[in-house]
Amino acid sequence: MSIDIQMPALSPTMEEGTLSKWLVKVGDTISSGDILAEIETDKATMEVESIDEGVVGKILIEEGAQNVKVGEVILQLLEDGETEADLGTPAASSAPEASSQSEDGSDNPGTTGIRHPENDDADTDKTSGMPQVKVANDPDIPTNIKMVETTVRDALRDAMAEEMRRDEKVFVMGEEVAQYQGAYKVTRELLQEFGDKRVVDTPITEHGFAGIGVGAAMGGLRPIVEFMTWNFAMQAIDHIINSAAKTLYMSGGQMRCPIVFRGPNGAASRVGAQHSHDYSSWYANVPGLKVVAPYDSADAKGLLKAAIRDPNPVVFLEHELMYGNTFDVPDMDDFLIPIGKAKVRREGADVTIVAHSRMVGFSLEAAERLAQDGIDAEVIDLRTIRPLDTETVLKSVRKTNRIVCAEEGWGQSGIGAEISAVVTSQAFDYLDAPPARVHQKDVPLPYAANLEALSLPNADDVYEAAKKVCYK
Amino acid sequence: MATKKASAKKQLKTSKSELLQLYRDMLLIRRFEEKAGQLYGMGLIAGFCHLYIGQEAVVVGMRAAMKDGDQMITGYRDHGHMLACGMEARGVMAELTGREGGYSRGKGGSMHMFSTDKKFYGGHGIVGAQVPLGAGLGFANKYLENGAVSTAYFGDGAANQGQVYETFNMAELWDLPVVFVIENNQYAMGTSVARASAQTELYKRGISFGIEGHQIDGMDVLAVKEAGATALKHARDGNGPMILEMKTYRYRGHSMSDPAKYRTRDEVNEVRHDRDPLDAVKARLEKEGWADTDSLKAMDKEIKAIVADSAEFAQTSPEPDPSELWTDVLLPVEA
Ligand SMILES: Cc1ncc(C[n+]2csc(CCOP(=O)(O)OP(=O)(O)O)c2C)c(N)n1
Ligand SMILES: [Mg+2]
Repeated sequence: MSIDIQMPALSPTMEEGTLSKWLVKVGDTISSGDILAEIETDKATMEVESIDEGVVGKILIEEGAQNVKVGEVILQLLEDGETEADLGTPAASSAPEASSQSEDGSDNPGTTGIRHPENDDADTDKTSGMPQVKVANDPDIPTNIKMVETTVRDALRDAMAEEMRRDEKVFVMGEEVAQYQGAYKVTRELLQEFGDKRVVDTPITEHGFAGIGVGAAMGGLRPIVEFMTWNFAMQAIDHIINSAAKTLYMSGGQMRCPIVFRGPNGAASRVGAQHSHDYSSWYANVPGLKVVAPYDSADAKGLLKAAIRDPNPVVFLEHELMYGNTFDVPDMDDFLIPIGKAKVRREGADVTIVAHSRMVGFSLEAAERLAQDGIDAEVIDLRTIRPLDTETVLKSVRKTNRIVCAEEGWGQSGIGAEISAVVTSQAFDYLDAPPARVHQKDVPLPYAANLEALSLPNADDVYEAAKKVCYK
Repeated sequence: MATKKASAKKQLKTSKSELLQLYRDMLLIRRFEEKAGQLYGMGLIAGFCHLYIGQEAVVVGMRAAMKDGDQMITGYRDHGHMLACGMEARGVMAELTGREGGYSRGKGGSMHMFSTDKKFYGGHGIVGAQVPLGAGLGFANKYLENGAVSTAYFGDGAANQGQVYETFNMAELWDLPVVFVIENNQYAMGTSVARASAQTELYKRGISFGIEGHQIDGMDVLAVKEAGATALKHARDGNGPMILEMKTYRYRGHSMSDPAKYRTRDEVNEVRHDRDPLDAVKARLEKEGWADTDSLKAMDKEIKAIVADSAEFAQTSPEPDPSELWTDVLLPVEA
């Protein structure tokens, strides 16, 4: 029987693609490793290699065909001694259903854009199941302003580009930021506009280039240091804390270190324990740093611009699974969001849910479901983790008398622990229930699909915690 | 201290049984990786998956020079190393699919597998981390006087990490029995060696520490084996570390969805065509009359069956039990 060759998935998110070109024809002898065809996904063209040997018996999908589903048979190979008569009926598509971690798809990484940090050209630019946020009533955004749909990725890029145009001292440095256009394409097109003096590819030497960045900031520049992911900044944490955060104080106020350290933080998808770490509480612990973790595109842009202008070292925690999500961004010449101010994303009377970064989406989703149960939740997006906007949190708790703190990282000594301490010490008399915390399970992140899903917090967990503090 | 480049190509001595074994070991890695790529394409493997295709001669040649008891440690491009250490294809493939039958019982994934039994110490995701860890294994060997040598594999990109040089210094200072194997496949993701390294001759990176270094044709399994034997002996005899820079090439993208726009298709095809480590051995086998088309076909069939069996196992082995989430975080303290 002939061998069926199927449309391959070239990235974890790919469901279909265009078969742009056949590089073989019927009758050709193929050995393994030969390139059979070119396939186009949203942004990348990739080659399909044969892993089998034989003679091309039949081509089932025409060149140029679009929307070819992953798993569909595209070619049949005849093995040794077989003839056309041996061509079997192509087997039905064997591609598994796109994996979905929760019933409603809310936690389905397959729909949340780029998940392949080391290499991914495919920018799906889709919104996930994440609720859209209306930013129109944001006090930081003037009313009646035009909104432009922007991915979080492009919002970050635009922020950097605008600040680089504004101030010649701003430059970007990191692994694959220039020629490769960013491992996650966040620095896309910056090299073209600003050149290699200001968009600098580094070797894989986090400790070294973070230190060079800090030194350059001390020397009068305004570096943006990109870490491919924050996991790799553990190599550099000494410079972030000892060199950047402490120097102003140690120098009696003489030394300046205006620097932004940025990159994706937290879990991606199925990349295992060493590549899936949320550092929010680590950096939140350090005086001398500001720590920012935006949720949507407008905040990503406004806060990154503010971070670049800030005279202090800023740790800017992005989220890989949010990069491809689209949200409104106000169409303004110079849109800044002040660091240190939380945002009430949803007003409510019965329970306060405090979250940051990707957990904001899950919290909003949980709030919708709580509403169906008659519980009116208020959702606060911290946006900045240091300095912490305790005022906004306390004001809300004095109104709702109940609080759930949601974060992606581990619980012990986490952001939720800090907020719980703040509300119990400063609003104790207002509380009708002990504060609840939602966080990652207290284990390193496992690779297996089922264990990973069990380990990470999601909307269900927030929903359950809110019900619990409401005694419902 | 002599630090030198690979000498001009000469025909190295070997035997029928040795060369057939080396070929078989490389073929297993190649077919295994092709299958892994296919399963990834079918959505059965997720996350990162870094294939070793093109680099097979490095680990197979080194392993052939190693003695039982010698250790191996590497980064995330680790499937080939595990197979070369004699780890089961089934257990490796099932870890790639995240199943109970995997070497880490599904909890590690492609980048994190281990076998203390086969002296394979991982499987590490942080670029460069395996270098001091490998020297630490050497430190333990020396301390325990067990006569073993550790081999630490790392890429041309990893060779720029600072901890590599801290390690070089201590390894030479303390004469640790460790061999540093730089797998120079010419790219670190999309960055070529020339764009990231002031000194592109990586075997010279030990000079200021007094570590002898050699540049080897990493596509020639016999040359790798010969250099490996020399370095292992040097380390085993108490003379400290040696650096072997293996000039090699990865055929596939950095990980599965790398469109690899930083190099041309011609560049890849040229290496495949002119320098393929398997083709070279195949040609020699045929020339010496040690194998013919039929016997090689039979071998390929046998290897394909092993790989197909591992893929079948990797799809039928169940996902880990949910209770596994909580195990292996800490060990109980013994009374
Ligand atoms: C400390 C650290 N920084 C960055 C990364 C992301 N990363 C993974 S592999 C890689 C390239 C490594 O290239 P090289 O050392 O040449 O090994 P190869 O992949 O070619 O085998 C990078 C930058 C990482 N895993 N760890
Ligand atoms: Mg490399």
